[in-house]
Amino acid sequence: MTGSISGKAAIAGIGATEFSKESGRSEMCLAAECVLAALEDAGIDPAEVDGIATYTMDNNAEIEVFRNIGGKELKFFSRTHYGGGAACAPVMHAAMAVSAGVANVVICYRAMNERSAYRFGRGVQKGIPDMTAAVSLSWYIPYGLVTPASWAAMTATRYMAEYGAVSEDFGRVSVAARKFASTNPNAWFYEKPITLEDHQNSRLIVEPLHLLDCCMESDGAVAVVVTEAERARDLKQKPVVIRGAAQGSCDDQQMMTSFYRENIAWLSEAALVGNQLYEQAGITPDDINTAIIYDHFTPYVLQQLEAYGFCKEGEAKDFIKDGHIEMGGSLPINTHGGQLGEAYIHGMNGIAEGARQVRGTSANQVEHVEHVLVTAGTGVPTSGLILGTL
Amino acid sequence: MNVIQAKEKRPPRPRPIINDDTDFFWNGLKAGKLLIQKCTGCQVLRHPSSPMCPECHSLDWGTIEATGKGVIYSFVIMHHPELPPFDYPNPIGLIELEEGVRIVGGLTGIKPEEIKIGIPVQAEITKFDDDLTLAMFRPVSNKGGN
Repeated sequence: MTGSISGKAAIAGIGATEFSKESGRSEMCLAAECVLAALEDAGIDPAEVDGIATYTMDNNAEIEVFRNIGGKELKFFSRTHYGGGAACAPVMHAAMAVSAGVANVVICYRAMNERSAYRFGRGVQKGIPDMTAAVSLSWYIPYGLVTPASWAAMTATRYMAEYGAVSEDFGRVSVAARKFASTNPNAWFYEKPITLEDHQNSRLIVEPLHLLDCCMESDGAVAVVVTEAERARDLKQKPVVIRGAAQGSCDDQQMMTSFYRENIAWLSEAALVGNQLYEQAGITPDDINTAIIYDHFTPYVLQQLEAYGFCKEGEAKDFIKDGHIEMGGSLPINTHGGQLGEAYIHGMNGIAEGARQVRGTSANQVEHVEHVLVTAGTGVPTSGLILGTL
Repeated sequence: MNVIQAKEKRPPRPRPIINDDTDFFWNGLKAGKLLIQKCTGCQVLRHPSSPMCPECHSLDWGTIEATGKGVIYSFVIMHHPELPPFDYPNPIGLIELEEGVRIVGGLTGIKPEEIKIGIPVQAEITKFDDDLTLAMFRPVSNKGGN
């Protein structure tokens, strides 16, 4: 199995709404807007859309989005489980559908009034609809371990002990993200950089995590359009070729609570995704020019830098301290500001930024970009992409 | 173990959702026992519980009563959001039991700033209300506490 998915499909269009704390309109409205914007960006008539891929925790039914854009014949639709961990999976499924010939134009979207309607940060106490999830969370919620931040923190404490990382090492991720956000006019934290001192002084959410270790909560929507690479060559925008696309889940996987593995500080599913991506694309981590590393919580960024092979196990803190993740470093990451700085659109805004880096249109453009790695939520079954030039 | 009555009256804690694979555990706590699932086929312990043994695929299992002795493998201290059923800061541990499995439980009888990985702890099965009995863990060196 070598590279059967690689190079067959491309992201031909990207679209987004504004990012806010209260969109003032329905999630369906956001979904329709971002999908239409992505199709306009690509120069593809909405009537040509014949495939839709999204991922769970989006509340917009595929067929209703299709109805809104005036779709005619829908031949492929998929919805991947596990929320933000699946962020890159719709693009993978779209690339598979296109290369298998079952669809020609596939839209992928995430549209959510997360901040004004749900606020994941408030935690779960009851009313969990999925029985597997409800039984699994029952080992934690009676103790008050109820928030995504708290589950991430349990892994982070052990990571710190295993490798000697400290809170400031997490803080540098946040400072770097906010620096990029400060020069991205579409970012919520545009022109609002922070210092490491700000990070250390931010209130404790759940030790060892401060407020500024946690992604923000946002309303907004992002969509991308996937079609055949050959077709994308003739469309409005420079094609963003999907060089690799993979999903991964490993032994004893749980939703944010894989606390029972031999070493909980190592993200085996991220390593699994990375290994598949590099093999598909026929490259190594050294060939990645810039990366979107899913930043729901800063400790997971360190763990991903290790699992995706940019540094050795336990050495991400030094990699970051040496400036590698900043502009001019060997691997600038989250140049849109990430979910710490631009918006929390469950990873889909990171895919759009990965596409912009390949096109050469990012607000914080890295020079000579040939390959961009995009990752998805970790601590859960995950997914990833390598995007590249034609 | 003796079941201890929680001292402070607060709004009820979130209930566990219990199914056929987990009811032994919650019933065990109500009876003062910290029960861990044990495969009848290959004798391997497992937690969280599951209907099939991932090692030998046996569907037959029993339980052992854990001593409740273990060490803190990892921990967090909850500050925000503050939910009415809990005191804050709220320390919660991932405990490696001496039998070899890990389990999450509340930490009690220790100041948050003194919690460290590797501290030996002992389970204290604590009744919060008629429907909810949980495993809390207290450092073994600490005789007093709150």
